[in-house]
Amino acid sequence: MTHYLSLILFTPLVGACLLLVTPREKEDAIRWIANIFAGAGFAISIPLWYWFNPQNADFQLVERAPWIPSIGAEYFLGVDGLSTLLILLTTLIGFIAVLSSWTAITERVKEYYTFLLVLQTGMLGAFMSLDFLLFFLFWEVMLVPMYFLIGIWGSANRLYSAIKFFLYTLVGSVIMLLGILALYFYAHSVTGVYSFDVTAFQQLNLPVNLQWWIFLAFFLGFAVKVPMFPFHTWLPDAHTDAPTAGSVILAAVMLKMGTYGFLRFSLPILPDGTRAFVPLMAVLSIVGIVYGALVALAQKDWKRLVAYSSVSHMAMIMLGMFALNPVGITGSIVQQLNHGISTGALFLLVGVVYERRHTREIAEYGGLSKIMPVYAAIFLIMTMSSIGLPALNGFIGELLILQGVFVASRMWALFAGSGVVLGAAYMLYLYQRTMFGKVENPKNLHLLDISHREFATFAPLLVLAVWIGLYPAPFLRRLDGSVQRIVARVSPQYSPTYAALGCGGAPTPQMIAANGAARFLQSVPCGPDGRPLVAAESAAR
Amino acid sequence: MTGVQYIWLIPVLPGLGAAVNGLVGIRAFSRRTAGALACATMIAALALSLVAFWQMLGLPADARAYDVTVAQWFTAIPLQMSDGTIGTFQVPWGFRLDPLSGMMLLIITGIGTLIHVYSTAYMADEPRAGVARFFCYLNLFCFFMLMLVLGNNFLVMFVGWEGVGLCSYLLIGYWYEKKSAADAGKKAFITNRIGDWGFILGVFLVFMTFGTFDFRAIQDAAAAMPIESAGFGVLSTICLLLFVGATGKSAQIPLYVWLPDAMEGPTPVSALIHAATMVTAGVYMIGRNAVLFSHAPQVMAIVAIVGVLTAFMAASIGLVQYDIKKVLAYSTVSQLGYMFTAMGIGAFSAGAFHLMTHAFFKALLFLGSGSVIHAMAGEQDMRRMGGLRKYLPVTFATMMIGTLAIAGIFPFAGFFSKDEILFRAFTANKAVWVIGLAAALMTAFYMGRLMFMTFYSAYRGPAWETAGHAAIALSAAHGVAHPADAHGHAATHDRGMAHGSSAHAGVPGDDGGGHGHGPWHGPHESPTPMTFPLMALAVGAIVAGFVGIPAALGGGNAIEQFLEPSFTASAAHGAAAPAAPAEGAAAHAAEEGAAGGAHDVSRGVELGLMGLSVLIAAFGIGLAYRFYVTRPEIAEGLAVRWAGPHRLLSNKYYVDELYGATIVSGTFGSADGLWTVDRRVVDGAVNGAGRLTIVGSWASGLTDKRVVDGAVNLVGWFVQESSLVFRRLQTGLVQNYALLMLVGIFAFVSVYLFLR
Repeated sequence: MTHYLSLILFTPLVGACLLLVTPREKEDAIRWIANIFAGAGFAISIPLWYWFNPQNADFQLVERAPWIPSIGAEYFLGVDGLSTLLILLTTLIGFIAVLSSWTAITERVKEYYTFLLVLQTGMLGAFMSLDFLLFFLFWEVMLVPMYFLIGIWGSANRLYSAIKFFLYTLVGSVIMLLGILALYFYAHSVTGVYSFDVTAFQQLNLPVNLQWWIFLAFFLGFAVKVPMFPFHTWLPDAHTDAPTAGSVILAAVMLKMGTYGFLRFSLPILPDGTRAFVPLMAVLSIVGIVYGALVALAQKDWKRLVAYSSVSHMAMIMLGMFALNPVGITGSIVQQLNHGISTGALFLLVGVVYERRHTREIAEYGGLSKIMPVYAAIFLIMTMSSIGLPALNGFIGELLILQGVFVASRMWALFAGSGVVLGAAYMLYLYQRTMFGKVENPKNLHLLDISHREFATFAPLLVLAVWIGLYPAPFLRRLDGSVQRIVARVSPQYSPTYAALGCGGAPTPQMIAANGAARFLQSVPCGPDGRPLVAAESAAR
Repeated sequence: MTGVQYIWLIPVLPGLGAAVNGLVGIRAFSRRTAGALACATMIAALALSLVAFWQMLGLPADARAYDVTVAQWFTAIPLQMSDGTIGTFQVPWGFRLDPLSGMMLLIITGIGTLIHVYSTAYMADEPRAGVARFFCYLNLFCFFMLMLVLGNNFLVMFVGWEGVGLCSYLLIGYWYEKKSAADAGKKAFITNRIGDWGFILGVFLVFMTFGTFDFRAIQDAAAAMPIESAGFGVLSTICLLLFVGATGKSAQIPLYVWLPDAMEGPTPVSALIHAATMVTAGVYMIGRNAVLFSHAPQVMAIVAIVGVLTAFMAASIGLVQYDIKKVLAYSTVSQLGYMFTAMGIGAFSAGAFHLMTHAFFKALLFLGSGSVIHAMAGEQDMRRMGGLRKYLPVTFATMMIGTLAIAGIFPFAGFFSKDEILFRAFTANKAVWVIGLAAALMTAFYMGRLMFMTFYSAYRGPAWETAGHAAIALSAAHGVAHPADAHGHAATHDRGMAHGSSAHAGVPGDDGGGHGHGPWHGPHESPTPMTFPLMALAVGAIVAGFVGIPAALGGGNAIEQFLEPSFTASAAHGAAAPAAPAEGAAAHAAEEGAAGGAHDVSRGVELGLMGLSVLIAAFGIGLAYRFYVTRPEIAEGLAVRWAGPHRLLSNKYYVDELYGATIVSGTFGSADGLWTVDRRVVDGAVNGAGRLTIVGSWASGLTDKRVVDGAVNLVGWFVQESSLVFRRLQTGLVQNYALLMLVGIFAFVSVYLFLR
């Protein structure tokens, strides 16, 4: 399985190529092909969950080949826990997005699905690339299909939104490219080798003032994508006007590009720059949390409300990350998944009623609980997931983030906590306005509850929401290595602990196999030589 | 205690019931199946709880603590603590059975089971899917509530803590088509969230201070720390933040406003969630962390003050309410205030004792009021009741027992627990005692008022329809015949708060004349599934106090001794820690210090105080009898003479209005303001930049066209124009060329000669 990552990466692209040669009149055939390839893409990626070894903190499943030898660019793929989870999220959400479009898209079907599949490859590539230039390529590749998805299949103001999305992101990424080039040339001046190898960059110790500038350049690229206040205004427009699948992908996956960029590049490559910018990042994040939540409270458009809730949630993720301690960063990553799950589902939910009523005005709805009980139940669970009710996924991320932030600064945690209260306010207010009350609009009287196909799009998200909420250990364990690597760079005071934890981590699968009770152990006991007892035993065996 | 491995099943059973009812029941189950399933899971949970409790009683007092870890929840992640060392953040799904959680288990499963049974009849008129939904929520509530009390660490408790909030939200808003119900649910959830904001910050500080979330470990560590009587240290901060959470969940000042509104939910919900169990979670939480709180005397003082003021304020509002459930709601707030007072003065056992007795008599009173409302076809206004004694004999008798219990008449349950609190308050702080006593007087008065307005005097309610075939006989039997406006009236109190016919469904020989919103046949006693829980709870309201007979009356205060181990740091568990004996001693000293004064007071004083509070209770009830039965004009006269205070109380001190005008409209105002800012300023800047680019490009386009391109064109034009001139020279005649050449040579030579 030396080309496993490439297989995951190019499956959607193969599907897109196949769509190109399919006659455009055969719309159902196109739909089937797109669904099969998206489904296959997800199925193929499932073994990644098992093949990725959480005990190994290195990049795994690495593929490496020359790409543009003259400048040292390589085709360099590899995953750690962070990217493993985001890749799985991407393949799942990609499939859900394709599946959810079956009846929603009736015009230019062929182009639509082609763009969706190309987009899928672009996103996967960005999460897999360990070559900075390759990353940048995929980063830009994502923009084009999304631009067309919004611009062609979007609603009323689609052209404005599409262009805004494209230009805003492009401006950010051009400046990011300058940062990449600065890094590239500095690395050459030190090592004498031209290379975009991210793993090598992560070993560099750059001069502090250079780190400062490069951080700023990366910041502009990633902060626009996250989006952080005050660079967020493209998001509500893009979300509101995008077709449902576009909103889902945008919220669930593309926003994670920004946070992923910070975690993969800014923090480990530029630790001093990161520490220098912590106050700014914290302030922008806290403003984002409160501001996003308050503006969401004022919305009259269902989709725009969810979009602003995204601004608030993503700011929470940024704040957790810039707590720069293991708990905050773990929480920040878990919350990225959770945001993908819950906000993805919330956009799907809007899409369901939009397809039936062709309006997003909250005031047009009301009393839907009576008419669409299953829909209302799913919406309720996802609302609770979004506002971080314990025993559902959102709580796991929020708790870790806030605990991490609390350790970094009690003041930040105090302010960030208000986002949790406001989150409940705007979501429950939305829920009440749409689901509760009497059905006053006769157009709503005969709405159909969700179909089996629609239910299929929600089912995996519901399962994940409960799973992560009740038993997040498998997810947290997969993140240990990634978090450890980042923390070792930005918060060196934890390094001795990690060294000592060599045998103090979670019990290994071998231990659990040997002794079921090990599952409940909180840490693995150390042997007399300081190495894990079980590891020694299994080595002896 | 290896035998109680299964305690995690106690919450899981109702959880499973909720899952089955939610996934299958709403689509497929009949009303009877849904109700039976829910009741069965609760009975099973009750049986398990009883077995576990029995096993625990068999152990020596200091060994009554048992932990079960089901699975790891949060895996180990290193995190810096406040002393700079690196701790380990990890949380197991851990449960603990000890005297305090054991008592709570029995309350929740016991009263919970009765209320489930009651609900099968009370909700019988709801649509089929609605019944399944109701039982799904109710079971889910029990799941979370049991998690709350069984959790052995703060975060598992928090799961229950927020989970019961969710169920409360869903059940208050059960009749979601009614705007007031949906509003009340939302208000409850958000108000609780504000409290939880403080609570979770307190939990974070707990981790930073102790490096663990485990209650026992925290108690043991806190016991070793000095009591913060001088300064406001970290323990005080923790306790204050936790108490903020308790004010939300347990409806204390300033976050009590949601509880009266929560009466929008079906009455069994009010009985279970908003009287017996959920609202006591804050009291339980403080009891759970008794050692922590005993080390923060300043916060304890705050708790006591908030508690006693809440008890007083809520009781005063209860004096003038006309909605039968609102009276009980304010009564609950007030009684919770008593519990907090007890906690605040260090009488943890007394607070927990009152929690238990209150669960019995308040659940009884709520279910009784539900029976009355049921009988009155959804009427909740006591001004439209009266004289119901003869129609509802069982309800009347049981509610009277509840009233005597809450008023504190010897030997009903409330007497023992409330008197214990007042006695401890007397020894701790006279001002607290006086306010508490005043609240007790008001309690007796408003409860007497409730009983007399509802059950005594003449019937003041609407007449009932005589059109139904069975109803004729019934109303004739009651000997009352009124003009028929009952139907219209019942419709205004919509959502079929169980119309008459349902009650008759259980009566043989009565064919009911149509279910649901059929004509109302007049007030009538409720069916057995409703009266049985009333009678069972009435027995509880009589005998529950006997477990805590104080020494002054020749008892051993068994419950205090039973609960004591839960309120002190345990030597057994602390044995692993180096300073274990010292810890235990310190904790005990703290306990004793708080309780110390109690032993100084003579038995005579204690008996005198008991006599005084019984007298006060009897006086309150007697006053109510005079005001509402013998001389009703007095009450009206007083309301007129003291119109200002009366209006103040009727409007609940205008606190809702105050919050509405400040916090709520402030939030919405700033939301709207920021939304404008977002469009005009933040996005305006983006659009401005875009527009600037467009203008710039238009300008440069113009420049390009006019200037740059113009220059090029100018050259061309010049060449073109000049060619007109030069063309004339090209005549094609040799002579002209020769002449020109000659002129040229001449000119050239002359310039050359001239310049040389």
